[in-house]
Amino acid sequence: MHADPKGVLTGVHFLDGDHACCEGTLAAGARFAAGYPITPSTEVVERFAWRIPTVGGIFIQMEDELAASIALQGAVWGGAKAFTVTSGPGFSLMMEHIGYAAITETPCVFVNVQRGGPSTGLPTLPAQADMMQAKWGSHGDYSIIALCPNSPQECFDLTVTGFNLAEEFRVPVMMMLDECVGHMTEKVVIPESDQIDITPRRFTHESPETFRLFKPREDLVPDMVKAGDGYKFHVTGLTHDERGYPSMNVETQDKLVRRMHDKLKPFSNGRALFEAVDLEDAEVVVVSYGITSRVAQRATQLARAKGIKAGIFRIISAWPFPEQHIKELAGRVKAFVVPELNLGQMVHEVERHTAGRAKVISVPHAGGSVHKPEVILNAILEAAR
Amino acid sequence: MSEAILDIPLDAGNPVEPFLRMDRMPHIWCPACGIGTTVNCFARALESSKLDLNKVAVVSGIGCTGRVAGYANLDSFHTTHGRAIPFATGLKLSNPELQVVVYSGDGDLFAIGGNHFIHAARRNMDIKVICVNNLTYAMTGGQTGPATPSEVISATSPYGVFEPSFNLVQLAEAAGASYVARWTTFHVKQLARSMEEMLHKKGFCFIEVLSPCPTLYQRRNKMGDGLDAMKFYKQVSKVRNGAPTSECSLSKAGEIVVGKFVDRDRPDYLELLTHQMHASLGNRYADPEITTCSEG
Amino acid sequence: MQRGINKLGLTEIRIAGFGGQGVILAAVVIGKAAAIFEGGYATMTQSFGPEARGGSSAAQVILSGEPILYPYVTQPDILVVMSQEAYSVFSPQLKPGGILIVEQELVRIEHPPQGVRFYGVPATRLAEELGKKVVLNIVMVGFFAAVTHMLDPDSLRQAVADSVPPAMQKLNLQAFDKGFEYGAELVHRMSEGGDAEQVLTLESEA
Repeated sequence: MHADPKGVLTGVHFLDGDHACCEGTLAAGARFAAGYPITPSTEVVERFAWRIPTVGGIFIQMEDELAASIALQGAVWGGAKAFTVTSGPGFSLMMEHIGYAAITETPCVFVNVQRGGPSTGLPTLPAQADMMQAKWGSHGDYSIIALCPNSPQECFDLTVTGFNLAEEFRVPVMMMLDECVGHMTEKVVIPESDQIDITPRRFTHESPETFRLFKPREDLVPDMVKAGDGYKFHVTGLTHDERGYPSMNVETQDKLVRRMHDKLKPFSNGRALFEAVDLEDAEVVVVSYGITSRVAQRATQLARAKGIKAGIFRIISAWPFPEQHIKELAGRVKAFVVPELNLGQMVHEVERHTAGRAKVISVPHAGGSVHKPEVILNAILEAAR
Repeated sequence: MSEAILDIPLDAGNPVEPFLRMDRMPHIWCPACGIGTTVNCFARALESSKLDLNKVAVVSGIGCTGRVAGYANLDSFHTTHGRAIPFATGLKLSNPELQVVVYSGDGDLFAIGGNHFIHAARRNMDIKVICVNNLTYAMTGGQTGPATPSEVISATSPYGVFEPSFNLVQLAEAAGASYVARWTTFHVKQLARSMEEMLHKKGFCFIEVLSPCPTLYQRRNKMGDGLDAMKFYKQVSKVRNGAPTSECSLSKAGEIVVGKFVDRDRPDYLELLTHQMHASLGNRYADPEITTCSEG
Repeated sequence: MQRGINKLGLTEIRIAGFGGQGVILAAVVIGKAAAIFEGGYATMTQSFGPEARGGSSAAQVILSGEPILYPYVTQPDILVVMSQEAYSVFSPQLKPGGILIVEQELVRIEHPPQGVRFYGVPATRLAEELGKKVVLNIVMVGFFAAVTHMLDPDSLRQAVADSVPPAMQKLNLQAFDKGFEYGAELVHRMSEGGDAEQVLTLESEA
């Protein structure tokens, strides 16, 4: 189905990533946002608060991130497409509700504009150090989708994609911006609404008598309902059976947790989002994401100019990790170079799936700025030796 | 609609069964626990309220009272610890025709969730909050909570509680609630009536129900069993409708002032929002159409 | 004189001054003109962090005919300054052979930096002549357009109109023209004075 034109600001704009992300939420059909101000993410909800009254929806500024991250889930069960936006410290506070969204299979979007940490860290400066937190930050085994835009245009495009994936798989989707992408201003083209594909919520067609809230379809994803439609359903964060009733035994736990994990398997089998640059003949592949991928591309251009066959594997969907692609590349390249604005997070995934078949060189950066292209270039040169 | 009420089978053992998920019985509450009594009153209030039960949702947090959502035969949400109110806020705003009832305990609503309580009351969010106050964290074994009175022995205050407790009704009034009442599980008729009244009241409404926890609170404090609790409530309760909430604080063995303390009309959050947007944006304001559609 | 972003190599611009001078808007206008109205590429970043404190404000725009990868300005080709502090902080970073544009009544330069092209404009006074001091930033943009020859003035005028509220469009366009005319006349005088090399444009880098 196409986007509702009411929310689509068709045209060519000069926007920063945060504002473009907001336009993405509106184009995707989000009509409810709950937020709490925190630099450098606040612009997303500031724009939403400005835009939504003329589009038809609600923004509420909650008392804290705990409230924002659960209010949005109440809105989803009331029938809305909803999201919240935060950064570092707020993302930490939201962890419990990412777990709640995972176990209740609540389709929703969390935008995290990453800044330097830990703790209050560098409120106004970039990092990419919440990547593991996005996957592992809430307790227990669960799976989420995380997307990493590297430009304001992608902040728009991938936010729409994120909402669509949330509906398709019934998972919380993490939009993992970084301060640099969030605050940089570039041209953003917003297409006509009939050029934007929207994944509608899959509401059940079953009658209330036969409906089971967590009975999966073949793709392991159950159908949705919303409150007020007569289903009298029960949603709980406890381990539950297909009816949604708490059932705390080994069998139910195994069945539920495995299903919630397995439903994202398509992501490891062809659905992963990535960009490949010059990989055909590449001997050294720079694996990067977000703003770092742009610096990496400059570095590989410099490397190519020196005669080194360097290419880029840009991770767009960071979680589930695109392991299939890394495994395949590991069999034919000499080395991976992994620059990140952290002291080495996704590089562990690269190492794991490379399994010793290629050299893996981490290019860490504690955050606060981006790598100098020369730093990545030096790692490429080292890798090529 | 009231079909559900009219549909009560003639051979039903209990008239509140249609309001409960009977396939989940027996419930987990201890013998003589007061939570079930409050649920009974709630079922009767729903029945007499004539509300369309398809449009009533219950949201609970975590704890013994948090389990109410699981037994109510309504759209029901058992959320995270302390966060029933913000969840209910999102639910209500996305789907305003729902009557959203938050049903949770004193620890959940006033310690971990205390911030949400005062802010929802400040906004006059149109949700109805029922707090079953058993004066302790029961699910985890009877620890001191924000409503535990001084001198009480608890699992984490083995030498007696010394920190002051909240006066919940005063807090609710000060924060801006439109409706504030307190009853005990001894006052079943009054409680059911109060709940019904609240279901028809616009804005943020709050009912505190004092409820016995014989297993943990009373045993540790040598206060007897469930029957002793009823005798105690009967003996020390004073009905004082309209009493200043500042005079309604609780102590271990002192008077329990019950009644309806606050019943005032304030515009609720959605009214305020709509008013402000119309004033600022005129006909550019688009009424919220929040619920998403499926394909086709 | 050839103009247009497609002929432009990677060009780094920094604009700096006090908070309230409209530094960010000036950068937005230049970025928009390049990216939207000339179909090129522009990446604008604002300075956050310590250098943005104490009432100062700075923005960076990178312009190019090709997609821009590295988002930050490393060594600006052009520095536009509207405060003494901004001049002291940023002028040492200007690329040799680069262009320095100053609000000449707000910035006093005792030792002009060597090896750069230097242009001064009394933008605040020109803005005051239009009755609104707040448009000094757009006067600066007009002046920038005239002395750098990088972008088509019409693109910049469109970008100005697109970046201000409708009620402010006329005033801002007047401000642009005022700055542009001042700049054009200055350039003309400099070339008359036999100093034609002073008006070398960045197009040669393309």
